Amino acid sequence: MSERVKAVVGNRLFWPVLALVLLLVSNLFFSRDFFSLEVRDGHLYGSIIDILRNGAPLILVATGMTVVIATGGIDLSVGAIVAIVGGLACYHISTQPDQNSLSGVITAVLMGIGLALVLGLWNGILVAGIGIQPIIATLILMVAGRGLAQMITDDQIITIRSPNYKFIGAGHLFTVPFAILVALLVVLLAVLLTRRTALGMLLESVGGNAEASRLAGIRARRITIMVYVFCGLCAGIAGLMISADVSSADGTRAGLWIELDAILAVVIGGTSLLGGRFSIAGTVLGALIIQTLTTTILTIGVPSDATLLFKALVVTIVCLLQSPQFRAKFIRRRRPPVPPPATPAETPKVEVPA
Amino acid sequence: MSTVEVAASRFASLRERLPAKQLPVLVTLALFGLMYGVGILRYEGFYDTQIFLNLFIDNGFLLVVAIGMTFVILTGGIDLSVGSVVALSTMVSSSLLTEKGWSPYLVMVLVLAIGSVLGFLMGCMIHYFDIQPFIVTLAGMFLARGLCFIISTDSISITDKTWVAIADYKLPLGNYHLSWSAIVSLVVLAVAVWVLSYTKFGRNVYAIGGSEQSALLMGLPVARTKIAVYTISGFCSALGGIVMTFYTLSGHGRGAIGLELDAIAAVVIGGTLLTGGAGYVLGTVVGVCVLGIIQTIINFEGDLSSSWTRIVIGILLFVFIMLQRVVRLGQRT
Repeated sequence: MSERVKAVVGNRLFWPVLALVLLLVSNLFFSRDFFSLEVRDGHLYGSIIDILRNGAPLILVATGMTVVIATGGIDLSVGAIVAIVGGLACYHISTQPDQNSLSGVITAVLMGIGLALVLGLWNGILVAGIGIQPIIATLILMVAGRGLAQMITDDQIITIRSPNYKFIGAGHLFTVPFAILVALLVVLLAVLLTRRTALGMLLESVGGNAEASRLAGIRARRITIMVYVFCGLCAGIAGLMISADVSSADGTRAGLWIELDAILAVVIGGTSLLGGRFSIAGTVLGALIIQTLTTTILTIGVPSDATLLFKALVVTIVCLLQSPQFRAKFIRRRRPPVPPPATPAETPKVEVPA
Repeated sequence: MSTVEVAASRFASLRERLPAKQLPVLVTLALFGLMYGVGILRYEGFYDTQIFLNLFIDNGFLLVVAIGMTFVILTGGIDLSVGSVVALSTMVSSSLLTEKGWSPYLVMVLVLAIGSVLGFLMGCMIHYFDIQPFIVTLAGMFLARGLCFIISTDSISITDKTWVAIADYKLPLGNYHLSWSAIVSLVVLAVAVWVLSYTKFGRNVYAIGGSEQSALLMGLPVARTKIAVYTISGFCSALGGIVMTFYTLSGHGRGAIGLELDAIAAVVIGGTLLTGGAGYVLGTVVGVCVLGIIQTIINFEGDLSSSWTRIVIGILLFVFIMLQRVVRLGQRT
């Protein structure tokens, strides 16, 4: 094997990319014109575009989740934030005399984003300020948030008629769906902020050891609060997108299980749940893999709920491949084996007081 | 000795007298008493003993599931799959009974076996491959939920005579009654209390939750215990599913969504530390009762939206997590 092939195969993104390509190509068996793109009425259409457009909310949420996981945290409340923000925006628009008025829509969007930031800040303060285990701290909002969303929508589905609001989820700008552009913008912003500035390294150092980072002069607390705010923001935008796409808000079902899909996307993308090194590009690939899987299953004609089985399979395989014990037992390697499992490093994480 | 020192030493002795370990449970118990008292004062007919018994009849499945969850959380783990396993159990039993016409007893055994095997497999993955419980049980959650929809995407009602008879059975207690779901949950409770307080296995569960490394160095059977708690949780979820079908007489693939959150909330409100090592099954029972009484009060109130249940549970979670933190800080200083 030449050095170049080794370098390509050894790249962290090699396996996610391979999986995505295989999935996409396998779609050719079911629909011949899977890769065809066409422009109708100045709008771009095609299966690939559909995958990107439907995957945009997941890409957003997963990007936010990646930075949270990079600091060794987790955010379970994103699904609830999606439901609350969508509910609030739709509720505000539904109370307007003219549901399509631009000012009303802009106010609704700003209110939604503002609320998302506040909810993210709440999570951040619980985790970094008070020092509660992230999984538990965000569990509070996950439970209460669903109730809040149901209260905003009054246990019903709010339906609105507002083409201006619908634009966020289903509109086109420069022939490309607007949702894709928004997701792209946020992802680019996140990549620039974390890779072109020192922020990414600070995130990784906080994820590696928050206390050591603090002693080294990094404001670990502030960074931790910031990532939860960013994650809340991403979830909020996704919430606007999801509710705009269907022109309605459903407090019970909107964003249901999106936190799990987002975590799955992060894991597929090669970011360790223990924190430290992270890859936003990997996460985007992971989100696309999940979305392609969903679309493929729909194309084949299997009930969409069966996607869960495939997800279970994927998450099991990915986790096994990442587990040092599994690799040591079942995968022969030419290189010397990796050092024994990082149990000592893991133990303090478990013992963070709650 | 200055007055400050005297005050400090008095405060310290006061704190020593307060049972720090049982404090969260006592607070929960006081809260339950308070809510029950408010209910009696506010609503006509709330004092009826049947209302209290109904807490166990209506929440029997939650209690069974939460007891299984207590075992897992005591070891410092978490089981997200319980809601899906409950749904899977209702689906398997209803489809086998109604569509295949199997014997009800055979169905029960099979369902319990499926739940236990799922739990066992998850426990093995968690222990042998050292993957976080969170992500393994997440996969289990997807798997069980997906299997539900493979069986059927519609809800299936149960018409089997034996099953319906069990569901309708009422054990008379004077003027009041208990259902099989309440009886089953109370039996599970008794067994769980005995196992955790009086057996070697119970001690091992607490030891692993306290420090897995120390437990390993002490030569305790860590592997066996860890896998066993997930198996117990799987078994309890399957049993919870069966109990749920007694209550609803149907199986539904979309049923029991979010049940894992209720179970975790009940365990935390019951005073069990989510980091493991400290807590009581009896606390979990009080936690389930608190969740149940919130629901009852909202039913009695009439015009309150059911979304309040979730909000109140969230607030209680917050309060109890803060309380746990304060207690832990108090112990350390």
